[in-house]
Amino acid sequence: MTQTEHYILPDIPEYHRIDVYESNGGYAAFRKALGMKPDEVTDEVKKSNLRGRGGACFPTGLKWTFMPKTSDKPKYLAVNGDESEPGTFKDRQIFEQNPHQLIEGILIGCYAMGITVAYVYIRGEYGKWIKMLQAAVDAAYEKGYIGKNILGSGFSTEIYLHKGAGAYICGEESSLMNSIEGERGYPRIKPPFPAQRGLWGCPTTINNVETMTNVPLIITKGWEWYSKIGNVKHPGPILVGISGHVNKPGVYEVPTGVPLLELIHTYAGGIPGDKKLKAVIPGGSSTMILRADQLDGVCMDADSLKAAGSSVGTAGLIVMDEETDLIRILSRLAKFYHHESCGQCTPCREGTGWLHKVLERFEHHQAKTEDIDLLLDIANNIEGNTICALGDAAAWPVQSMVRRFRGEFEKCLAPASH
Amino acid sequence: MLNEENLKKIEEIGKRYPEAKAALLPALWIAQEQDGWISEETMKQIGDLLGLPYGHVLGVVTFYTMFNSKPLGTYHIEVCTNASCQLRGSDKILRKVEHVCSAGAGHTSPDGKWTVNEVECMGACGGAPMIAIGEEYYENLTPDKVEEILRKLP
Ligand SMILES: Cc1cc2nc3c(=O)[nH]c(=O)nc-3n(C[C@H](O)[C@H](O)[C@H](O)COP(=O)(O)O)c2cc1C
Ligand code: SF4
Ligand code: FES
Repeated sequence: MTQTEHYILPDIPEYHRIDVYESNGGYAAFRKALGMKPDEVTDEVKKSNLRGRGGACFPTGLKWTFMPKTSDKPKYLAVNGDESEPGTFKDRQIFEQNPHQLIEGILIGCYAMGITVAYVYIRGEYGKWIKMLQAAVDAAYEKGYIGKNILGSGFSTEIYLHKGAGAYICGEESSLMNSIEGERGYPRIKPPFPAQRGLWGCPTTINNVETMTNVPLIITKGWEWYSKIGNVKHPGPILVGISGHVNKPGVYEVPTGVPLLELIHTYAGGIPGDKKLKAVIPGGSSTMILRADQLDGVCMDADSLKAAGSSVGTAGLIVMDEETDLIRILSRLAKFYHHESCGQCTPCREGTGWLHKVLERFEHHQAKTEDIDLLLDIANNIEGNTICALGDAAAWPVQSMVRRFRGEFEKCLAPASH
Repeated sequence: MLNEENLKKIEEIGKRYPEAKAALLPALWIAQEQDGWISEETMKQIGDLLGLPYGHVLGVVTFYTMFNSKPLGTYHIEVCTNASCQLRGSDKILRKVEHVCSAGAGHTSPDGKWTVNEVECMGACGGAPMIAIGEEYYENLTPDKVEEILRKLP
């Protein structure tokens, strides 16, 4: 097994308590950042090569440089804890085990970008975890890490939690901003990008919870140290959520670049009943499915998964054994995307419903040969033709499944068409 | 209708945002915590409070699946049937819940005790299959365990 220390989910009892966090060096990174120039902080994050953990692997430091340096309007940070992509359950672990490192990362980000208010958007179902994070925020306020003139530095910032109410689409960054503003969660057309016109028309940065939790490490230990963890182009510790047919499902912290087969067989204890592996969805339901025979040497990092024909996404690895009825899984995912489509774009609204309907025909062995190409047709018509990436997210699983598992569809044709 | 204490709470929360409208989701949550659901009168009251037309409030309530515009049973049972849970037998869990509660998914039992819903991924895929009862998550379930959990509820 790849040896690794844990930096995001350290094995220290009661680490969620502020006193325990502080006695293990917590909030030292924020103090250090306050002694640096804001641009130096951003530069450090940029050089570290930290890439967003929310799904798109976007370079975090670069994103921060998009924020205007001076602005006559307030600037905002929105931290994305919507975590609703099927197969994804890692940010919840941060709220539970290491909320102060998240808060510290948020404070450092606010300082670097000159932001005075941060909102942490958390899915409504996480009521219990919202309370855990709120308790940590309250403790940090009490100790003077958040609020006015923090630690006598002259820098002030507030952190507020905002509870979602059951809508996957609100994880999409522009929809998330509408949701905070008290609107329905409709994605906005881009441009303008959030750094130009975000919350209430003001410059805004959106980053994932896990992304922000990485930031204090970079400030404490330096970009050089950080950039050497795991894969060079996509470095750092990463939380991999492993679910499905494995003996020990759960969240595992590893350096990027660990082989998927090692994650499945070593970390997650292999497949129950010693069954064979059939397929994996490597990074949450929106990433392309891979056949077991496509996994040799494939690792959990952006380049490796891209070369294999998929992506890291949220690193939510869904494992499926040889007996899995893939058509049923795909049909269930199509139902999900149809249910979660906000309905603004016709290709997404109509296409997702249609995909689900056609897939149900396969599920019930009532499909015709032409239906296989029909699925591809519908998916191709959605992809790239919508306001937000939910449309693509609905199309990719279907496209990849038809290309890589055509036989599964052929097995589900109506008897007459054989 | 929101009570005095909760009206004050909403006013306090409003200070976190530069515009009154942003307090809408928090206000709806407070209303739902008070009554278990959000009535038309309460929606109008919140609209008046935040300076929003009733139509906007209603539009928001109906957009988000967690806001209830009708009362639910005493216990709200949510069964995740998305991919990771499906792979680990959520079908059987749902059938068991429906049987024990005498209510099909999307319905409330005749005695008003249970409301059963089939839901999308709850972010607990590592503990699949799972259900939630109110805010509490129950993970790594079997049909027998589910039955035991439900039967213990008063
Ligand atoms: C439909 C949809 C759902 C998304 N859900 C989430 C989510 O739950 N959490 C998240 O961090 N990013 C989510 N994203 C990605 C965000 O739009 C955004 O890229 C991300 O929060 C940026 O953070 P990062 O740069 O730190 O990764 C979603 C995107 C789409 C299109
Ligand atoms: S792609 Fe789908 S979810 Fe995104 S804006 Fe269009 S209809 Fe809404
Ligand atoms: S699929 Fe059921 S909790 Fe994620």
